[in-house]
Amino acid sequence: MTSERREVVGLEGVRFRWPGRAEDTVSIDELHLDAGEHLFVRGSSGSGKTTLLNLLCGVHTPSSGTIRLLGTDLSTLSAGRRDQFRADHVGVVFQQFNLLPYLSTLENVTLACSFSGRKTSNAGESAQSGDVKASARQLLESLNLSPELHRAPVNKLSVGQQQRVAVARALIGGPEILIADEPTSALDADNRDRFMDLLFRETEAKGCTLIFVSHDPQLAERFERTIELDPIVDESEGAA
Amino acid sequence: MTLLLIALKSARFRKTSLLLTVLTIAISATLLLGVDKIRKESRESLFNTVSGTDLIVGARSSPTNLLLYSVFRIGNATNNVSWETYESIAEQEEVAWTIPISLGDSHRGFRVMGTSTDYFDFYRYGNKKALTLDSGERFDDVYDTVLGADVARELGYEIGDEIIVSHGITDADFAAHDDKPFTVVGIFDRTGTPVDRTVHVSLAGIEAIHIDFRDGGRTGVQLDADQALLFDLTPTSITAFMVGLENRAQTFQVQRQINDLQTEPMSAILPGATLSEFWRTISPVEQLLFVISGFVLVAGLLGMLTTILSTLNERRREIAVLRAIGARARHVVMLIVLETLLVVTAGCVLGVAMLYGLMAIARPIVARRFGVDLAATWLDSTQLGILGAVVAGAVLVALIPGFIAYRRSIQDGLALKV
Repeated sequence: MTSERREVVGLEGVRFRWPGRAEDTVSIDELHLDAGEHLFVRGSSGSGKTTLLNLLCGVHTPSSGTIRLLGTDLSTLSAGRRDQFRADHVGVVFQQFNLLPYLSTLENVTLACSFSGRKTSNAGESAQSGDVKASARQLLESLNLSPELHRAPVNKLSVGQQQRVAVARALIGGPEILIADEPTSALDADNRDRFMDLLFRETEAKGCTLIFVSHDPQLAERFERTIELDPIVDESEGAA
Repeated sequence: MTLLLIALKSARFRKTSLLLTVLTIAISATLLLGVDKIRKESRESLFNTVSGTDLIVGARSSPTNLLLYSVFRIGNATNNVSWETYESIAEQEEVAWTIPISLGDSHRGFRVMGTSTDYFDFYRYGNKKALTLDSGERFDDVYDTVLGADVARELGYEIGDEIIVSHGITDADFAAHDDKPFTVVGIFDRTGTPVDRTVHVSLAGIEAIHIDFRDGGRTGVQLDADQALLFDLTPTSITAFMVGLENRAQTFQVQRQINDLQTEPMSAILPGATLSEFWRTISPVEQLLFVISGFVLVAGLLGMLTTILSTLNERRREIAVLRAIGARARHVVMLIVLETLLVVTAGCVLGVAMLYGLMAIARPIVARRFGVDLAATWLDSTQLGILGAVVAGAVLVALIPGFIAYRRSIQDGLALKV
């Protein structure tokens, strides 16, 4: 499903300013990502990376400029459509607490298909037996999560395992874009490296465009592209 | 996985606090339904007590008082009706039948009522049902008695047993008519009315046991049962009587005629109208109970609101996760409303179960003490309406935390600070 040199993410003149603030929280003149590209977004806390994530996911809309995902200008979509677009085409991995504590590992993965018909049918097609659960099991196993963990409640998993489950959920149904927000910050060095290996292997196998946000410059070496978010003076951003 | 399933699993995850909420809702539902049930059943049993009787006639008194002592055997007559007046009214051509009632004595806490065999023929209760005998036959002899179902059951009497009637409504020994025992010849079927708690004898029987009594006490002479039979046992007065007319259209005319009687101050009442009036005087109590139950429900709903609000903080993460996988902001509201719906539905189901359980336990006690039969019937439209109102109220309440969660989810976006 990856066509060469296809623009997946395109930002032009994007500005975002919280109401009542003097400075723009996000200011990106131009950014283009093609299918399968891996981008490292480096920024310390307060650099507006959280806001950037929300913009890319269509939760917030920019004050000016355009954000294009897969050729669709997000500003032309209603809030509900943007949510649906995210459900269909984007996978998200957070820093931690990615999982719902009352669902099993497997259910947490298949959850991503409950709001997206597209992911459901994609997941069905990718698995041999043709259902979402089989696809989720395959993903979990390729992320080194053994079958006995699939039915386990998620609070029985280690943090590293939980993060891999989150990746499985973000990848199920073949979204074109994976957004990861500091997914390794709660992991030790060993776990972090293994996590990154798996993340790269899986996104490359699926031709998924990866936007990886972190403050950790060590990780940047793995990426072909890096952008830096300028720290902004407005330190109250996090409270917004 | 649908939203409902997520709500279900989420609710199960928080079961301890939610179970308490379910219980609170259940108690308020039970109260509301119970008060409604009691109100209906007591109204039903009240209006079922007498039917087919056009007028009840007694010495002049308030209609409610006349109704209470003649039909419900509650309280006492202020005065008696002379036999002559009774006969003159009974003989009028508009009058189809009369049932004389003579009260004043008791047997072990149950009222004794003197009447004629017309009682068996013309008395109607419920939906114009006639009295039927469970066993035995009507009274015929002066010293025969026919017992109400509860009297026989509670005191364990059977056909052929002898009972002694006490003078007055207390069980004081000195005033027992122990020299003139009555023989049980019949037992009525259960009616669910005061008939069940009445000992029925003939007017002649009442007369016979009082032959050596005057002004409420024994005269010097004592006559035994057989000697009493030698006297004329036509009563000189009775307490009240029921009247059935040839033509119901004449009810008001006959009523006025009796009320205007010059020879003796009399009251004639329409049982239905007086029952309604009586019901109106006691129904504010029921309404008050209902209002109180309503407040209990409000308290329950507020408790539920508190519980849900307290979970909102821990749910911020959950909501961010759901938003990340594409849940819309309105899904967040729906999730909370759905969870509330689950809780309140469980509460209502438990409440109904508790209601039937309580009714099963209380039924014999209430029937015995108040003559009200709490039969386990299906929920009627009012009660379903009450449950519907409980659910609707809960959903309305849930919109508050739903809206808060909605606003937060818009503010927080996906990347939640932890």
